Amino acid sequence: MNKITKGGPSRRSLLTTLGAAAVGITFAPALSACSPQSGGAAGAEEAKLNFYNWDTYIGETTLADFKSAAGVDVNMSLFSTNDELFAKLKAGNSGYDVIVPSNEFVTRMGQAGMLMPLDHAKIPNMANIDPTFLNPDFDPGRKYSMPYTWLALGIGYRKSKVNGVPDSWKWLFDSPQYKGKIALLSESGDLVRLCAKYLGHSVNKIPPEMLAQIEAMLIRQKPFIKAFHEDNGQDMLLAKDVDLVLEYNGDIAQIMAEDPDIGFVVPKEGSLLNSDTLCIPTGAPRPDNAHKFINYLLDAKAGAEISKTILYPTPNAAAKALMPAEYRDNPVIFPPADIMAKCEYGAFEGAETAQAYEKLITKVRAA
Amino acid sequence: MEQSWKQAKSVFAGAMGPPLFWLVLFFLVPLGIVWVYSFGQNVGLTEISFTGTFSNYARAIEPLYLKIFAKSAWIAGLTTLLCLILGFPVALAMTFAPSRLKAWLLLLVMLPFWTNLLIRTYALIAVLRTEGYINLSLGWLWQHFAGVAPLVGLEPVGAFTPLELLHNNFAVVVGLVYVHLPFMVLPLYSALDRLDRSLLEASLDLGAGHIRTLLVIVVPLALPGIASGVLITFIPALGSYLTPDLLGGPDSQMIANVIERQFKRANDWPFGAAMSFMLLYMTFIAIAVQAMLSRGRRRPA
Repeated sequence: MNKITKGGPSRRSLLTTLGAAAVGITFAPALSACSPQSGGAAGAEEAKLNFYNWDTYIGETTLADFKSAAGVDVNMSLFSTNDELFAKLKAGNSGYDVIVPSNEFVTRMGQAGMLMPLDHAKIPNMANIDPTFLNPDFDPGRKYSMPYTWLALGIGYRKSKVNGVPDSWKWLFDSPQYKGKIALLSESGDLVRLCAKYLGHSVNKIPPEMLAQIEAMLIRQKPFIKAFHEDNGQDMLLAKDVDLVLEYNGDIAQIMAEDPDIGFVVPKEGSLLNSDTLCIPTGAPRPDNAHKFINYLLDAKAGAEISKTILYPTPNAAAKALMPAEYRDNPVIFPPADIMAKCEYGAFEGAETAQAYEKLITKVRAA
Repeated sequence: MEQSWKQAKSVFAGAMGPPLFWLVLFFLVPLGIVWVYSFGQNVGLTEISFTGTFSNYARAIEPLYLKIFAKSAWIAGLTTLLCLILGFPVALAMTFAPSRLKAWLLLLVMLPFWTNLLIRTYALIAVLRTEGYINLSLGWLWQHFAGVAPLVGLEPVGAFTPLELLHNNFAVVVGLVYVHLPFMVLPLYSALDRLDRSLLEASLDLGAGHIRTLLVIVVPLALPGIASGVLITFIPALGSYLTPDLLGGPDSQMIANVIERQFKRANDWPFGAAMSFMLLYMTFIAIAVQAMLSRGRRRPA
């Protein structure tokens, strides 16, 4: 999930989305009639695969290794947010075989019938997964998704500019101390959920009166915030635009290698976890290859190869065992167990909740 | 002699057909779908049903969103004004430049267009940020001045505090002016270039100064160019969202940012469509005002 190069979705991507929607509505019956699935003979899929992934989210040689192992050519295209992925597939699957949505979107897409149930018999490498990841609330029994990575939100900071370790959300949401030196992620859902966590509530099922409290708190805090970043917080921290950013642990781990003055902490109140997963979208033209590919990515050696490049925590126990100690024992990549115990996954609570969070943040930004 | 299109209907149809087809298929049909969405409702997560409801528009005219519309119009207006103030002298200079130089000057104006907007915006970030090129240069000058100050009898100055140039409304306006300046310069240039030079000579010969000639002769004659320049600067500036996203601060959101988030994060396409159409209506109003102004000008002539 590289966010360095992201820089906001382009105007073109919005237009493409709209165009796709238009086509989806007008020609939907025609398209389904001539989908590639009906063309190929049963059982024999062409040796190709369309993989829709985040940027810099795969090992350097993984795709080439898979080609030599299974003879399947992987064509990878990139998306930059779950919303982009969802909006694109909402209008119908235009040929993707494997996608990488995050936890909340697995629920959302599963409910919307946009995911194909996985055939666990075709994924023997599921045995490599750490058992704690096998029955998550967002996808009970791993019906639709296989865990690829997980990530925790926390505070990335510049050690020389911050007093001690900023181990509370207070420094981001409820304190003038670092005035003008704070950048928050511009994801409305994440912001609202973390504020609730700071106020002592779970990240899920936030009551309306607490939403009002969160809104008031963020409006009060706004003058001290430098920017809402588009997931390029690590870049702003590295360039010294700000001293504290709300970011994912993997993103900060990548820049800590470049600048020893940068630290990362998951605050003591606990945080929001995300997990990126491998799924097969409904209407995937080559489901057999897709299962093969997912199984390959869960292989111990292939998984270690990926983790070496992307530095995100892996749920793959066998792959983790193959990694060097500086990855396995890195407190940024794997935060301490007592803090992890307080972290939660954000659940998908319906479209209205997402819209209410969006409106709350729009209000804060307009205030 | 001018020919009426009625005398060559087949030629006319042949020439008009493909662009018309293009316009209908890729502009009117998608726009119509968005228009239909704006009267629809979310059903489940992926379906939108057309119910003819006005509730999306009712939400779009809540004070919260009207304030954002107004703010966007204000920022776009300020951008247009600055572009006019900066662009007019540039266009004038290009008009009076030797013809060999003209092509090069035109090229210089258009050159930024050949670079992707995203890349140009990132370049601006590198210039404006706390440790960007402006602050680094100022810091360097400051250091040297600080050494000189006591020698010339001034109080010693403290350490250099970098200017806050990025992540605020100032940065958004700078970015928008930078991006939209060519939209203003080109129509101004084409209007000024067609100007009858003998009128200027007459004005100067009859004793008017340069400033007076500019204000009384040049500006009124260039008004159509100014009007179209203002319009084609204002409209894209009003709908910009990349610039406020990347250069803006916590309160720099423009209406297009809000619309974008409806189509993505909030997954509320009907509401996003209604707001898009509100923006479109604002644009129509701007065009109507421009048309009225130009008609008003023509009448006395």
